[in-house]
Amino acid sequence: MEHNDMELMICLASRYLEDNSIVVVGTGAPCAAAMLAQMIYSPRLMIMFEAGGIGPLLPSMPISVGDSRTFYRALVASSMPEVMETCQRGLVDYTFLGGAQIDQYGNINSTLIGSDYQKPKVRFPGSGGANDLASFCWKTMMITPQDPKRFTEKIDFITSPGYLSGPGAREEAGLPPGSGPYKVITNLCVIGFDEETKRMKVESIHPGITREKIIENTGFELLWSDNLTESDPPTDEELKYLREEVDPYRYLIGRA
Amino acid sequence: MDNYMKYNEVRNVTYRPAGVGKIFTDPDADKAREYFRDEKPRKMVEKVSSVEQVVKQLINDGDYVGIGGFGANRTPVAVLHEIVRQKKKNLGLAGHTATHDFQILVAGNCINRCDVAYIVGLEARGLSKIARKAVQNGEVELCEWTNAALTWRYKAAAMGVSFLPVRCMLGTDTEKYSAAVEMKCPFTDAKYLAVPALYPDVGIIHVHRADVYGNCHIDGIMVADHDLARASRRLIVTTERLVPNEFIRRNPASTVIPYYLVDAVVEVPYGGYPGNMAYEYFSDEEHLREWLKAEGDDDTMAEFLERHIYGVKDFNGYLDTIGGLKRLQELRIQENLVEK
Repeated sequence: MEHNDMELMICLASRYLEDNSIVVVGTGAPCAAAMLAQMIYSPRLMIMFEAGGIGPLLPSMPISVGDSRTFYRALVASSMPEVMETCQRGLVDYTFLGGAQIDQYGNINSTLIGSDYQKPKVRFPGSGGANDLASFCWKTMMITPQDPKRFTEKIDFITSPGYLSGPGAREEAGLPPGSGPYKVITNLCVIGFDEETKRMKVESIHPGITREKIIENTGFELLWSDNLTESDPPTDEELKYLREEVDPYRYLIGRA
Repeated sequence: MDNYMKYNEVRNVTYRPAGVGKIFTDPDADKAREYFRDEKPRKMVEKVSSVEQVVKQLINDGDYVGIGGFGANRTPVAVLHEIVRQKKKNLGLAGHTATHDFQILVAGNCINRCDVAYIVGLEARGLSKIARKAVQNGEVELCEWTNAALTWRYKAAAMGVSFLPVRCMLGTDTEKYSAAVEMKCPFTDAKYLAVPALYPDVGIIHVHRADVYGNCHIDGIMVADHDLARASRRLIVTTERLVPNEFIRRNPASTVIPYYLVDAVVEVPYGGYPGNMAYEYFSDEEHLREWLKAEGDDDTMAEFLERHIYGVKDFNGYLDTIGGLKRLQELRIQENLVEK
């Protein structure tokens, strides 16, 4: 079936969320991926929102991570400390982040562009809960379009930690051992992280995309998996649920 | 035990210098105790007031404020508008997912410093031009944090201690531009980040129900308000409805803020508009879009603020400008008929 980039990224992301696990999501593509996963692959996936919603039966995608939909028919309407402490305790498996810039170690900038902190060229919202989730959740994923400005050698500000400066750096910084970036799902490919170097390593290339195109759209040197494959395109079932149940008004998938 | 040893062996850690940010509020727990001893009323007296009076009497120029709810969800908008109308100046703000609240205070030119976790954006709705401009021009002095860090800074204050050890922010520029300090656990040698207690001069929280003494119920998520209510030196509560004390006594398990934390109670129906109030009314997305659009041009923005804030006497006047009860009832339907 025909599909756009946003649909492709959401469908691929939904396949990585295992059943009977816990994911903290924000609004937008991550929430759509988690809802889609619940419908097709992981019916007992538990969704949490950082403002306090735990296990809602989402009637539609929220506008805010604290709006009433995030705890609609939920198991618990809790609080931000409750959710953040659950993450810090090590009970949360997955989270999703986004940002203006990302480097080869999966460090993310969502704070500013420029060099003067008090007078930046461009100010973005900042961490919100992103740094916390990237610090605490076992596996951090990203859904993002890929271009050389976004995938850059040096990001202006490390808002949320990836593998920082490489192997051992998270542990040295005091972050919980065993946590960190897991997958980056872009409009061109699916990227994992090399066990040894902690650098981004392309695992599968989307149908119709060339290696050259991926290189052109990346501002740093990528590693390539020895078992490089072609990504399985969205299935008809995924697209049907995504279009009819998850985002019927095309708020998200209409943007691509 | 084996794992414990293993983790300790890899803890070959180095400690970074303290964050370069400024601590805007005094984290001293003993000073806060003295304040609570001398200034917090223990007597259960009626403390119903008006929005105009509480802003006049309990919020001073230069105060540091903490705002309840979550950006545009259960936000005390009536008090924020009155702060703008009374032209309060040089306020400090805990920017704990500050979205529409930050936007209102920047529009009124009311704040000059901010502990940032999330500012200048309205989540999925987009970014606020005036908020960005104020920050990019350096009009608001910033110190960087995260949502968890700020909520735990409130928690430290609520516990009556001057700091808490946490495990976020470590290794990042968010840490570097904060005012946090790295420390070693005296029991395990693990590295932690110490974040200072945050005692706001004034906390402002909008709730679903309160009695005249200030005993409050909140429906749905609490966000950080359990701790914000306890951390605040002065606490202003606005409530959708005043209820009899007997109602509170019949449902004590739902009391999340007891009267002795509260300095004033104001009944403000629709006091969270244009934000979302769980089980009551949905956010007015049209109005929020209109606000964001008005920010594109200085004159349009000035007119917009004149029409909705400066040019009206009070919050009821604002509600009239957006379509009054008719519009509010539409939002009640949206909130309560979310079933597919």
